[in-house]
Amino acid sequence: MKYMMMMNAPRGNGEYQINDWSPDDFQAHIAFMHGFNRQLSEAGEMVACEGLTPPAQAKLVRAGKDGRPVTDGPFPETKEFLAGFWIIDVDSAERAYELAATVSAAPGPGGTPLNMAVELRPVMSAPPDPSAPSLTR
Amino acid sequence: MNAKLVTDRNTSTNCPEFAEHLLRELAPQVLGVVARKCGDFADAEDALQEALIAAATQWRAAGVPTNPRGWLYSVAMRRLKDRVRSESARRRRENEVASEREHEQPFVSPPDAELGLMTDDTLVLLFMCCHSALSPSSAIALTLRAVGGLTTAEIASAFLVPEATMAQRISRAKQSIKSSGVAFRMPTDDDMVERLGAVMHVLYLIFNEGYASSSGPELHRVDLSAEAIRLTRMLRALTPDNGEVAGLLALMLLTDARRAARAGRHGELIPLDAQDRSLWDRQMISEGTALVSSAFASGSAGPYLLQAAIAAIHDESPRVQDTDWPQIMALYGVLKQMSENPMIALNHAIAVAMVGGAEAGLALVSELDTDQKLRGHYRLDAVRAHLYEMIGDDARAILHYRAAAEGTASIPERDYLNLKAARASARS
Repeated sequence: MKYMMMMNAPRGNGEYQINDWSPDDFQAHIAFMHGFNRQLSEAGEMVACEGLTPPAQAKLVRAGKDGRPVTDGPFPETKEFLAGFWIIDVDSAERAYELAATVSAAPGPGGTPLNMAVELRPVMSAPPDPSAPSLTR
Repeated sequence: MNAKLVTDRNTSTNCPEFAEHLLRELAPQVLGVVARKCGDFADAEDALQEALIAAATQWRAAGVPTNPRGWLYSVAMRRLKDRVRSESARRRRENEVASEREHEQPFVSPPDAELGLMTDDTLVLLFMCCHSALSPSSAIALTLRAVGGLTTAEIASAFLVPEATMAQRISRAKQSIKSSGVAFRMPTDDDMVERLGAVMHVLYLIFNEGYASSSGPELHRVDLSAEAIRLTRMLRALTPDNGEVAGLLALMLLTDARRAARAGRHGELIPLDAQDRSLWDRQMISEGTALVSSAFASGSAGPYLLQAAIAAIHDESPRVQDTDWPQIMALYGVLKQMSENPMIALNHAIAVAMVGGAEAGLALVSELDTDQKLRGHYRLDAVRAHLYEMIGDDARAILHYRAAAEGTASIPERDYLNLKAARASARS
């Protein structure tokens, strides 16, 4: 079953706070993420992953009356922002929770776990079950 | 793949479809012999995969060789030897000691005595790839590659994951086999039932995956249902006296027979009771029902055979109102006693409703609310919604259709449930 795993990073004092970390802390964090991705790949569970630019570049877009894009933002007051996401393919919900908890505990300043909020959403790719009740298939 | 799709169907031995079909047929047989020879399943499997890829291009260009099995065997053995050679050269470089002398064996086709073992080997391979030491997704991937003869790329595209991810899954599956010490031999009689059960489960999972993807725009994907049916046919030929294997094959055929009728033009789900039955595949239905009858005649019935019998009743009803619900109710009653699958209990509740009225069904569904596996499951809502609709309680039906739509992880199913809710709303 596939899940989208969305990692929300805290915004700190209105700046992308990772920029304020010491070089060692920064490198430890990056090494953790590389290790996590390698582990996912080696387990045959990685479908896709991307990191996103900080919210200073984020725009909300809607179509105007003439169908052309109308942009809004960025929104510096946002407390948390989507820093990156994975699409994983795992055998159970428990495994997905385990992976989300692992990434949530990525190291921050001084090696302290960040305990970031990770939103986990099942991807709508489940096969319909041929043994499902006959009225519902 | 595209080249394959645009080729005219013909029976020429130079036709790419023929070559592909033959390759996939021979793959497990040759792998069995190679694995026996070299004693390492993982290496043998890699070598065969290389031989299959070589054959796919060379046979397409030059035609199928006169002894295709011998061809595959020789090429796989050669690849294996190359592998051993470069591996031992690497080790020598690393250790700076020439510790090993290479085995020099001339390449020959396997002797006839070994060919006789090949069919047994296919069965041993199935047992190995579907071993309970493997996770379901690993077992599926390995079975499709080692027994089904599919390439990693084809399997990856069938499951919509990157090829590298699927390759990793397959190599981990082989590592698990290695580390858990599963031997390349027939299970003992004591283990047989359990091991065969694991094989049937994996084949059924492959079938289910195909059931999901066989409608809609994904035409380039490997047809997993057809592949599951092919592999189950193979298993059936190897275990002709097993009623459950016959039952599984029949269940797949009788379910797949409705394929053309179960989705609309835009991939929308059409439920059993609304399907155009003239679109059902009569040939598959008669093959499936014949399997069910002969399996019932020759012994006790297990869960797959009983489910196949129920599917046969649906498939043989000319119109939905002709469905023999008392018979279906009785069969689900028996199944309920032997299966842990809570879907069986839900199906039973529906059959009871069709025989004794929706209230009787709803009462049974209420009993399932406390079931550990079903608690909060959207299918409880889906069934309730249908039963409330049957008795004309649209308000409750809408509520449960919507709740069910929130809970499913299948897009066609969600759309169908939302549409049912919308229709009930429009009525009331």
